[in-house]
Amino acid sequence: MSMPTSVDDAFSQYAGVTETTEGRVYTVTGGDWDEVLGGRTDESPEERIVVNMGPQHPSTHGVLRLVLELEGETVTESRVVIGYLHTGIEKNIEFRSWVQGVTFVTRMDYLSPFYNETAYCLGVEKLLGVTDDIPTRATHIRVLLMELQRISSHLVWLATGGMEIGALSAMLYGFREREVVLDLFEMITGLRMNHAFIRPGGVAQDLPTGAVEKIREFLEYMPKKLAEYDKLLTGQPLWQNRLQGVGYLDAAGALALGVTGPMLRAAGLPWDLRKTEPYCGYETYDFEVPTSLDGDCWGRYLVRMEEMRESLKIIEQVLDRLEPGPVMVADKKIAWPAQLALGPDGMGNSLEHIRKIMGTSMESLIHHFKLVTEGFRVPAGQVYSAIESPRGELGYHMVSDGGTRPFRVHVRDPSFVNLQSVPAITEGALIADVIAAVASVDPVMGGVDR
Amino acid sequence: MSELDRPTRAEVTAGPEGATSEAPVARTGMFGVTGSGDTSGFGGLIRPIPVEGATARPYDEKNEAIYTALERAFPQLGSAIENVVIAHGEMTLHVRRESLLEVAQVLRDAPELRFELLSSVSGVDYLGIDPTGRRLHSVVHLLSMTHRRRLRVEVAVTVEDPHMPSLVSIYPTADWHERETWDFFGIIYDGHHGLTRIMMPDDWEGHPQRKDYPLGGVPIEYKGAEVPPPDQRRSYA
Repeated sequence: MSMPTSVDDAFSQYAGVTETTEGRVYTVTGGDWDEVLGGRTDESPEERIVVNMGPQHPSTHGVLRLVLELEGETVTESRVVIGYLHTGIEKNIEFRSWVQGVTFVTRMDYLSPFYNETAYCLGVEKLLGVTDDIPTRATHIRVLLMELQRISSHLVWLATGGMEIGALSAMLYGFREREVVLDLFEMITGLRMNHAFIRPGGVAQDLPTGAVEKIREFLEYMPKKLAEYDKLLTGQPLWQNRLQGVGYLDAAGALALGVTGPMLRAAGLPWDLRKTEPYCGYETYDFEVPTSLDGDCWGRYLVRMEEMRESLKIIEQVLDRLEPGPVMVADKKIAWPAQLALGPDGMGNSLEHIRKIMGTSMESLIHHFKLVTEGFRVPAGQVYSAIESPRGELGYHMVSDGGTRPFRVHVRDPSFVNLQSVPAITEGALIADVIAAVASVDPVMGGVDR
Repeated sequence: MSELDRPTRAEVTAGPEGATSEAPVARTGMFGVTGSGDTSGFGGLIRPIPVEGATARPYDEKNEAIYTALERAFPQLGSAIENVVIAHGEMTLHVRRESLLEVAQVLRDAPELRFELLSSVSGVDYLGIDPTGRRLHSVVHLLSMTHRRRLRVEVAVTVEDPHMPSLVSIYPTADWHERETWDFFGIIYDGHHGLTRIMMPDDWEGHPQRKDYPLGGVPIEYKGAEVPPPDQRRSYA
C-alpha cells in the first residue's frame, strides 16, 4: 500500500465528504462498497433488513430463534421459531411406567422441575383416585419444594434478564442466591436439578436431618438479598428506563394469546391458580397475589420480585406446619416398598431394604420386582391437572388406557404459550427492547420444545 | 405385539359375550409377544379397555350448571354434541366437528359461560380404542376465569379425513397449539392461517405421535443384531 500523497487522498479511502445545506455529510466508501451497491448510490436503498437472531444467541434464553424485520432500528415484524430443543418427551413417556414418567417430565422445564413433577403426580393421583390419601407431610414437602423453586426460578430470570440488558451485577447476584437454593435441593433430594423426587403417591423420601434448620437459615438470608436487589435495581434510572414502557401487553391481549402467570398478573389480573383453583392445600396458606397495572417489563419485574417475598412467607408457614408422619401413600400397590436412601452417589435403594428382600423375605422381593419392573395399573380415563408454575399455568392432560404406561401425556407448558406473545410485545419497538421484552416472558426452551 | 394390529375383543374371543364383544382390548397375553409358542396359559389373557360411556343427567352441581347454561345459550346443542362424559369431576363435551366453531363461540361469549381462556389443545390417537374408528381426537381445555370452571371439548376425526375447523379465529392462542397437534398427529385445522410444522423440521415426513408411527430400533455391532423399537420390545403393558 502506497503512502497517501495528500490529506485529501488519505481520507478518500475511508469516507467521502459532501457539503450540503445540512453541513458536512460523510458517506461510507472504500473497499468493494461501490461494487456491492452496483452504482445505485443515488437511489435510496431498501431500508428494511431481516435479521435472524438465534437459535444460538446469548440472549435468546437457550435455542430460541427470532426472525426480525427491521426498518432502521424499529422492528416491524417479528416471528418466533422454536423446536430446536425438541426431545420427544411426550412420546417417550408412552413407553415407560407411570412412575418412570416423573424422570422425564422433570427434564422439561429445567428451571422448575418440582412443578412438572407435582403437576404430573397430581394427575396420576387423580386418575388413581388417591388424591385424598396423600399424606399431609408429603403435601407439605411438595409445597415447600415448589415455593423454594419459585424463588430459584425467578432468580434465574432476574440473572439472565439482567445480564441481557447489561446489568451484569444482577446476573452475579441472581445466580449466587440461586446456588444457595440449589444447595438446599441437593441436600433434600440428592440432586440440584432433575430431581424426580415427587412421585405418584407422595415424595421419594423424607427430609434429611438438618434440612429444616438449613431452610430456616435461608429464610433469614434471602430477605436481606431481596432488599439488596431492590437497592441495586428498583430505584436505578438505567434499569427503569430499560424496562418501563417496554413489551407492553394488556390483560385482554394476554387472555386472547393465552398468556398466564406473572405476565398476566403484571397486566392487572390477579389470576393465580394457587388462589383460584387451590391444590396441595394452598387455600390454607396466608399469602398475597402481587399484581401491577403497568403491563410492561417493569410491571413483570415488580410482580416477580414481590412473588419471591410471598414464597418466603409460604415457606415459613410450611416449616411451622411440618409434623412427623409418612411421606408416601399407604397403599402398597402404589408405593414402592423400598425406602430410598441418599448415598454418596445420589439416591438409591437403602441397604437395609436390600438386606431384607434379598435375605429374609421372598414375598417382598417378588413384590418389589413386580412393582419396579411392571409398575401399577392406572384406571382408564383422562384428566387435566393444572398448577401455577413460576411462568404460569402448567397443565398436564393425561390419558390412561388402564395399563401400566401412560397412553398419552400432553403438557401445556406456560413458556410455550407465553412465547406466542413475542410478536405482540416486540413489533413496533426498538431492536434493543426486543431483548428486554423476550427476557420478561421468561421462556425456558426445555419446556417450550419438550 | 405392536400397536398396529391390535385386535378387537370380538376378534380374539369370537365368543358369546354378546353386548360387550365390541369392547376394544388393550392387550392380550402377558409380555406383549405373540407367536412364541408360549404354553404357560398367560398368552390367553385378555384385558379389555373400559370405554367411557356417556354420563346420564343430572350431572353433579358444577357440571350441571355449565351444561344448563350452554343449553340455554345454544338451543340446538343436542344436535351439536355426540355425548357428554363426566369422570374425575371433569366434563368432556364430544362435539361434532361441523358444530365446533358455533359451540366455541357460545362458550366464549355467553355471559353465563365466559370461557375466556383456551388453556390447551392436545391430540390423542385412540388407535384401536375409539369405537367409531375416528381415532384422532383433538382435545381442547377451556377455562372460565369469571366462573372458575374448566371444560374439555373433544372432536374426533378419522385418519382418512383428518379435517376439523381451526379455533384460531375465536381463540388466537390456539395458533401454536394447533400447529403442534398438526405436526404430531396430522389433524388438519381448516382455516388456520399458517399450519406449518412447529417442533419437527420443516421437511419431516409423518406425524410422530401417532400410535402407528414406525419407531426405530437400535443397531448393535454384534452379528447384525438390533434392539427392537420400543413398541415391539417384551413388556408388561
